[in-house]
Amino acid sequence: MGNGTELPHNPAEPAPWISTKQGGARVKRRRVSWDQFSAVATLAPSLLLLGVFVYGFIAWTGYVSFTNWNSFIPTFSFAGWQNYISVFNTFRFQSDLRNIVVFTVLFILGCLVVGMALALLIDQRIRAESLFRSIFIFPMAISFVVTGVIWSWILNPQTGVNLILKAFGVKTLPTWFLSTTIVPNITLGQIQIGIPLALFAVLLAAVWQMSGFAMAVYLAGLRAISEDIKEAARIDGSGGWRMFWSIILPQLRSTTTTIVIILTAASLKVFGLVYAMTGPGQEFVTDMPSLNMFQTTFQGDQFAQGAAIAIVILLLMAIFIVPYLISTLRQGRAS
Amino acid sequence: MLALRRLNRAMVYGALIILALLYLVPVYVVLVTSLKVNSAISLSQMWNLPSSISLSSVAAAWGQLGPNFLNSFELAVPATLVSALLGSLNGYALSKWRFRGSSVVFFLILFGMFIPYQSVLIPLLRVLDTIGLYNTIVGLILVHVVYGIPITTLIFRNFYMAIPDEIIESGKIDGTGYWGIFRHIILPLSIPGFVVAAIWQFTQVWNNFLFAVALTNPPNQPVTVALVNIAGSQTVQWNVQMASALLVSIPTLIVYILLGKYFVRGLLAGSVKG
Repeated sequence: MGNGTELPHNPAEPAPWISTKQGGARVKRRRVSWDQFSAVATLAPSLLLLGVFVYGFIAWTGYVSFTNWNSFIPTFSFAGWQNYISVFNTFRFQSDLRNIVVFTVLFILGCLVVGMALALLIDQRIRAESLFRSIFIFPMAISFVVTGVIWSWILNPQTGVNLILKAFGVKTLPTWFLSTTIVPNITLGQIQIGIPLALFAVLLAAVWQMSGFAMAVYLAGLRAISEDIKEAARIDGSGGWRMFWSIILPQLRSTTTTIVIILTAASLKVFGLVYAMTGPGQEFVTDMPSLNMFQTTFQGDQFAQGAAIAIVILLLMAIFIVPYLISTLRQGRAS
Repeated sequence: MLALRRLNRAMVYGALIILALLYLVPVYVVLVTSLKVNSAISLSQMWNLPSSISLSSVAAAWGQLGPNFLNSFELAVPATLVSALLGSLNGYALSKWRFRGSSVVFFLILFGMFIPYQSVLIPLLRVLDTIGLYNTIVGLILVHVVYGIPITTLIFRNFYMAIPDEIIESGKIDGTGYWGIFRHIILPLSIPGFVVAAIWQFTQVWNNFLFAVALTNPPNQPVTVALVNIAGSQTVQWNVQMASALLVSIPTLIVYILLGKYFVRGLLAGSVKG
């Protein structure tokens, strides 16, 4: 294959309409086409695998979600929207939707604020920078289930953080993930709309684990802002806070978008952390769609309903990811 | 002015040190709890250092997790190697041989990185069962290789984008073809890319829970599932739970401590640069 110029015409060779522009070389040579065929051939096995395991399986799940397969024995008779209707009418799934929205918003806010604060502190030309960075990022190297197990011990209402609060004289100790309180508690449908306080325990663990990601991306963004801009702001006499709000933050807008998108995807998938830390919780205060899908499908044998939940999670994710991917890929091509 | 600067510096360091200590609280808790003996575990003494250091909890945890450790290694090592190799091949094709539609292909590959895996779990289980790979390590390897393709492809594509096209052009002028350029020019430059991709993939596979819990039963379960089983049983003491959490984290933490720089690069690569 190396001496392609001598190759006879290959029937599998791509036709001349395949673009041959490659850097500066605009000469149309047969070997370029052959090489580009090799590129496509290289990608073929991966594309085939992803075609089946991602797109094929999603289609299959979508199909299952419209069937009556809600017992151990597969049946594929058509059910229409019935599974979606039943799922959306359950107390559990309504709670899940409330929880995932509350969790995602607070999780992202927490990671952005903490990540930005850490990045700004680390960007102050400090000593032992790599040590501090390592400490803030290391939770990312740990499994979510490990985090869940550890934090369920730290936030265990009978011990852990509550011992310290007690030592400081706090009278009403939080019950953390065992709390069933929802604030502000507005009844809507079957559920109470508000922030389930139990989620703060999960959030604490999740932000501990993922804020290092926000920090690393922000730090890379901060380092990409030219010193000239920062210097100009300083000469201007802009104080620290004003400089941050009017110069640094606007420069980091696309960085922030990136972090928000990636963390949204991570948040919508959250599974191991909740599974290991709290489970669905009393009255489903810490339940998540991912957990509901898993238990509905594999413990309850309600395959079609599980599939319907899975499709809802996928659609929620696609709303964020597809526009983001398209726009970043466009930018990449333009540059 | 100078005094103000000094004060500022002191505040920066003060804040950093406090935050660093907060981030290390779970490490402290895990260490002091897992070094205590059963009888020394009491809810009121949680924050105290162990009066005498004992490895009995670690030994008990190892007794339960040991076989699962082997499973996780048998899973993570091959899955990592194959994923990295596929990522390298794909990244090369996508970065250096752009063809019509290559950005669509890239999009279709990347999308696979973000999907909630619940949306493929039912068919996945059926297919693995049909081809006899349900509840096997080989089956899990296959799953991780396939769903690892997007991220490793992304890592290598971005890595190869940074290699100047002139090098490829000079190879072409010398009459070297697609595979020759890969083998003699690209591959020798790829070692950092392989390190980044391999570390990332190893960490992901080792830490994964969803596929592991959905697709395996005892005794074929990886460590993450074993840990959750230990933590979920009411009879296991907290010191053994914490020792188990510690053991499960050690391999990825060692990789992180030794090669943290590359881990962060993988982290940043995950944030998709077009």
